[in-house]
Amino acid sequence: MSETITATSEAAPAAPTSPAASTAPVQHLSMQQALNRALDEILAASPKTVVFGEDCGQLGGVFRITDGLQAKHGEGRVFDTPLAESGILGMSVGLAMAGFHPIPEVQFDGFAYPAINQIVCQIARMNYRSRGTLPMRITLRVPSFGGIRAPEHHGESLEALFAHVPGLKVVSPSDPHDAYHLLKYAVSRPDPVIFMEPKSRYWQKGPVTFRPETPDAGTADAGEPPEAGLTGARVVREGRHVTLVAWGAMVARCLQVAELAAEDGIDVEVLDLRWLKPIDAPALVASAGKTRRAVVVHEAPLTSGLGAEVAQLITQGCFDTLKAPVERVTGFDVPYPSGDLEDEYLPNIDRILFGIQRVLEYRRG
Amino acid sequence: MDTTPTLVADDAAPLTHEQLRELYSLMAAVRQLDTAAVAWQRQGIIPGYAPELGQEAAQVGSGYAVDKSRDFVFPTYREMGVARAMGLDMVGYMSTHKATWHGGMYNPLESRFAPIQAVVAGSVLHAVGWAHGQTLSGKPAGELGAAMTYFGDGASSQGDVHEAMNFAAVMKAPVVFFIQNNGWAISVPTERQVAGGSVAARAAGYGIPAVQVDGNDVAAVFEATRNAFAHARSGNGPVVIEAMTYRRGPHSTADDPGRYRTLDEERTDAGEDPLERHRARLLADGTADEAFFAAAHQAAQDEEEAIRAGIEALGPRPGSEMFDLVFQETTPALESQAAAWREESEHV
Repeated sequence: MSETITATSEAAPAAPTSPAASTAPVQHLSMQQALNRALDEILAASPKTVVFGEDCGQLGGVFRITDGLQAKHGEGRVFDTPLAESGILGMSVGLAMAGFHPIPEVQFDGFAYPAINQIVCQIARMNYRSRGTLPMRITLRVPSFGGIRAPEHHGESLEALFAHVPGLKVVSPSDPHDAYHLLKYAVSRPDPVIFMEPKSRYWQKGPVTFRPETPDAGTADAGEPPEAGLTGARVVREGRHVTLVAWGAMVARCLQVAELAAEDGIDVEVLDLRWLKPIDAPALVASAGKTRRAVVVHEAPLTSGLGAEVAQLITQGCFDTLKAPVERVTGFDVPYPSGDLEDEYLPNIDRILFGIQRVLEYRRG
Repeated sequence: MDTTPTLVADDAAPLTHEQLRELYSLMAAVRQLDTAAVAWQRQGIIPGYAPELGQEAAQVGSGYAVDKSRDFVFPTYREMGVARAMGLDMVGYMSTHKATWHGGMYNPLESRFAPIQAVVAGSVLHAVGWAHGQTLSGKPAGELGAAMTYFGDGASSQGDVHEAMNFAAVMKAPVVFFIQNNGWAISVPTERQVAGGSVAARAAGYGIPAVQVDGNDVAAVFEATRNAFAHARSGNGPVVIEAMTYRRGPHSTADDPGRYRTLDEERTDAGEDPLERHRARLLADGTADEAFFAAAHQAAQDEEEAIRAGIEALGPRPGSEMFDLVFQETTPALESQAAAWREESEHV
């Protein structure tokens, strides 16, 4: 692509997706199975946790994330609600006030919109409003993003909206290992967390490493978080020439792009942001400061998207060392299109490669 | 077809003379404080207030039925009388109107009174969630606490109220939906707000027992609420109470009712003054005498003065709270913003 880049024959380092010690058991699970297992263990670990939403009980959820949990933990712990998202989230507030740890689900991302009042005006503010006496220990699971050719309102990217709201924290796992551990970690924390599950990755399998030596805590009552590393971003592929920043389903796509770019001698680093709020700014600065070029990739529309926040954090931390302005490869400023147009909308391999090319070939003046 | 279930009646004894007198004293205290709060706003002591003139019976009668050892109340922004009837710290309550903090200065877990709400139907769902928590707690029927959620004819138009009634009925959650129908949602009268003219009538659609009560009769309100609590606490599910009353004053200290109703209409439509009505009853049956009323009003005045002194003594809150109370676990971005704020504030 650019003559300023020295071709390298070095193989890309293995993605550190299995961080635990070699003695830890590893299982190959889909993200759906990993999330199901995490919820099972969370319910077993803390009697105060409750899982509910539309079709969460007997059906096990439309994506089967809660499969079998009602039969195992009872109808009081895992239950179906009427079809009303504001009701589900408003009820979560009351349950949290009563000392429970609600883990509600909205069935699809677009159905979070009817509950926005409860999420923004209530869940996000109750701790503040009550001067810290009514913490909202709520983990809202939202099957998120596109890529499955679903009908309208079934493929939205709400991360910028959620991340903009004071009082909310937002996280999105990109593989089964992180899905399992991040969900357990999110539930263990005392603040409300929006847990955005990349639904197009539900059925992809990957290694999940468990930690049998320390009972993997489902709640804060069980002590320290299982992995300190869960609080920030992670480098899923190390590289020297350019940093791709992504989250959710786009992480896997960026890893594909990195493989292809390597054939052209471009050594791509892929940073999985994971936490969309709080954003791990030091990790962004470390990676982009090293590679001196960055491209943010997300499914959400461009304008006022989280890519702008990421670009600003990188610019602020690496202004002197950057070789090019931070580029963005994103969805477009259009309503999420119907299934036939999904491939045109989502950042694809070519568009991401063009983004890389833009930062590699950038010339000042 | 009659779809409304029957309310399980409470077998508690009728109100004692002492309780009837106490209800008057509470209403007198509420009237005094409410009137004073409007004056405080005019004097610049507080920036704003939502008066409840005329709703003393609805609020005191219902709040008096709350068992603070097990129930929980979910108010909006016009439930000062409920707070007073429940014995809350009224300096803490009024501090919200002083704008020292949103939602109250007290600990809701101790006061059993959830934060004050401007999004008026939002907390109706919280009551359902809290009440379902009572069910999930495994307590036997009879030992359950109940949630009581307050809202008005205006809030009843919001979808959350319908979702809440449906959820509560499906889950048999111990909730008392207490509607104060004061005739006005700011400037819009009930007939242009509530289809059918009654919120209570909607309960039938959810299979919830409902009662409509004279909201200017404090004893009637108390007894209706006590019955509703007995029904809910016994595991029979939710109850709807609609107290028919009248907002005699403006919606808030920023409102001008003269733009949407005349003084003549106010006089005609307001109905009986709840204090006068209860006073007449107490005098008629010999429960109280003039000396009692004089003492009650003196006590109300003394209380109001103490509360005003407490409000005026409240200093400004430390600005750092703005950052400290957003999360239980703060974020690096907030820490950084707080640090910048501290540094830049030194030059102010």
